[in-house]
Amino acid sequence: MPSATPVTAEPVEPGRSPWRDAGLRLRKNRLAVFGGGVLLLVALACVAGPWLSPYSYEDIALDHTFSAPCARNWLGTDQLGHDLLVRIFYGGRISLAVGLSATVVALTIGIVYGAVAGFVGGVLDAAMMRIVDILYALPFTLFVILLMVFFGRNIILLFVAIGAVEWLTMARIVRGQVMAVKRMEFVEAARALGFGRRRILFRHILPNILGPVIVYATLTVPSVMLIEAFLSFLGLGVQPPMSSWGVLIKDGAEKMEEFPWLLLFPGAVFSLTLFSLNFLGDGLRDALDVRSSKD
Amino acid sequence: MLRFIRSRLLQSIFALYIIITATFFLLRFVPGGPFTAEKAVPKEILRNLEAHYGLNQPLYRQYFSYLGALVHGDLGPSFKYSNRTVNEILAEKLPVSLELGLWSLAVALLLGLTLGMIAALRRNTWADYLASAVGMIGLSVPSFVIGPLCVLAFAIHAGWFNASGWYFPTDRVLPSLVLGLAYAAPISRLTRGGMLEVLNQDYIRTARAKGASELRVVFKHSLRGGLLPVVSYLGPAIAGILTGSFVIETIFQIPGLGREFVTSAFNRDYTLVLGTVILYATLLMGLNLAADIAQAWMNPKVRLE
Repeated sequence: MPSATPVTAEPVEPGRSPWRDAGLRLRKNRLAVFGGGVLLLVALACVAGPWLSPYSYEDIALDHTFSAPCARNWLGTDQLGHDLLVRIFYGGRISLAVGLSATVVALTIGIVYGAVAGFVGGVLDAAMMRIVDILYALPFTLFVILLMVFFGRNIILLFVAIGAVEWLTMARIVRGQVMAVKRMEFVEAARALGFGRRRILFRHILPNILGPVIVYATLTVPSVMLIEAFLSFLGLGVQPPMSSWGVLIKDGAEKMEEFPWLLLFPGAVFSLTLFSLNFLGDGLRDALDVRSSKD
Repeated sequence: MLRFIRSRLLQSIFALYIIITATFFLLRFVPGGPFTAEKAVPKEILRNLEAHYGLNQPLYRQYFSYLGALVHGDLGPSFKYSNRTVNEILAEKLPVSLELGLWSLAVALLLGLTLGMIAALRRNTWADYLASAVGMIGLSVPSFVIGPLCVLAFAIHAGWFNASGWYFPTDRVLPSLVLGLAYAAPISRLTRGGMLEVLNQDYIRTARAKGASELRVVFKHSLRGGLLPVVSYLGPAIAGILTGSFVIETIFQIPGLGREFVTSAFNRDYTLVLGTVILYATLLMGLNLAADIAQAWMNPKVRLE
């Protein structure tokens, strides 16, 4: 008698979260992986490099000034015999720190502002966005320059000034996303369950717009670092004895005629970092499918 | 359309007023003044100076008399260059910055549009990859790195150009190239994206099916729609080129508005700073408005509203 075959459960295919999908897509993008790798390497070198190097930031060697790259100083030395490699590590710490912190400032202001405008809507939204429109039209570079000239060029002010410029685009993006998401059914469900507005906004809507936020944040970091370097190049950014890549490039440009390595190496490291950030940002945009990948 | 222009115009004027007011009071509340020089000026002279420039009057009086003069286009006397008005200084510096900006814009458009169109028409070939590589370089290598490197290579070593200055026609080449390259990159990206989108449309297929030549398809049928994203980027791009000239003017020692602005801020030359801010803001807003109008005019969906 044929026994009834036991009903075996279909092997359930383990579900994959959209985040894992995005991670897989990102890993297939060779340029983005390369960018991420380089970025990690640069950051690690800047953090750990100074501990491993025999030279410290202040070490001067007056018998070894303006040395070309050699066995003793791999990337050469400057007018006081400072080791350029160590200077690049220290400058990188500042540049990366400025990039990250100003992005965090911009992100925080932008998300809160945009989320509130998009979620509340109506007159408040119109007024808040009109303010953003007006601020967009301001010649911000001029104001940042004025602020840095007048208020003693300290680094905290630098974060705030740059962050204050960069939050506008973030606010616009978040507002648009919130407006799209808030009409979806799961938000209605949350409302039907009696959750408060704050909880709906922060627990239900915001997690669903993380994709564009992450992509835009990644692309904000290089533009922030560019502003910092731009200001430092004009002598308005990071002040000695502190240093940043912008400061090193400025110093290098002044002496490039006889000592081109002082410009070449900081410029190359800075450009490489920006390259990597841009590649990573582009890769994330494709992986998280933020804009339809038509182009 | 007219209503659109009018509301944008009103908005710009309001923003301009806010800028003027904010800058005016910012300048008055910062530490230091135009006459706090290294060597102390005797009290009586200082008082005379302040009376001469109206600085001894209450702040609100200064503010309103400044606004009153401004309505007549008078930006007041410079505090640092005695006997010169801000109008004179700006009239001398602006043409230099404008010329640099125009050349750079020409470079950016020529290079960006060409690269973008080639990339779109030869999609996924080596030409496409080359164009995006150039775009990535323009996006990631800042002008204050490319600039000095170009000086090193083409001026100091090759000797083709002067390393700095703004005297001969050849002095325009390097600054414009360096400044333009940075904006060629986003323009080429936008052109590529816009063109690809249009080239996939049905009406392009129809045009091809009717036997239109490739040139006709590209220039007559695709270009207008494909360039829409570029046109909307032009406003911010020109703004960027104008303020980007700060660095370029420093590198190549060009006597333009950007360098003058930084110097005047250090000098606490209130009227010159304020005049420059007003000039820049007016320029930027005018350009943004023009870009918006151009975009609306090119896009029938907006135009017919």
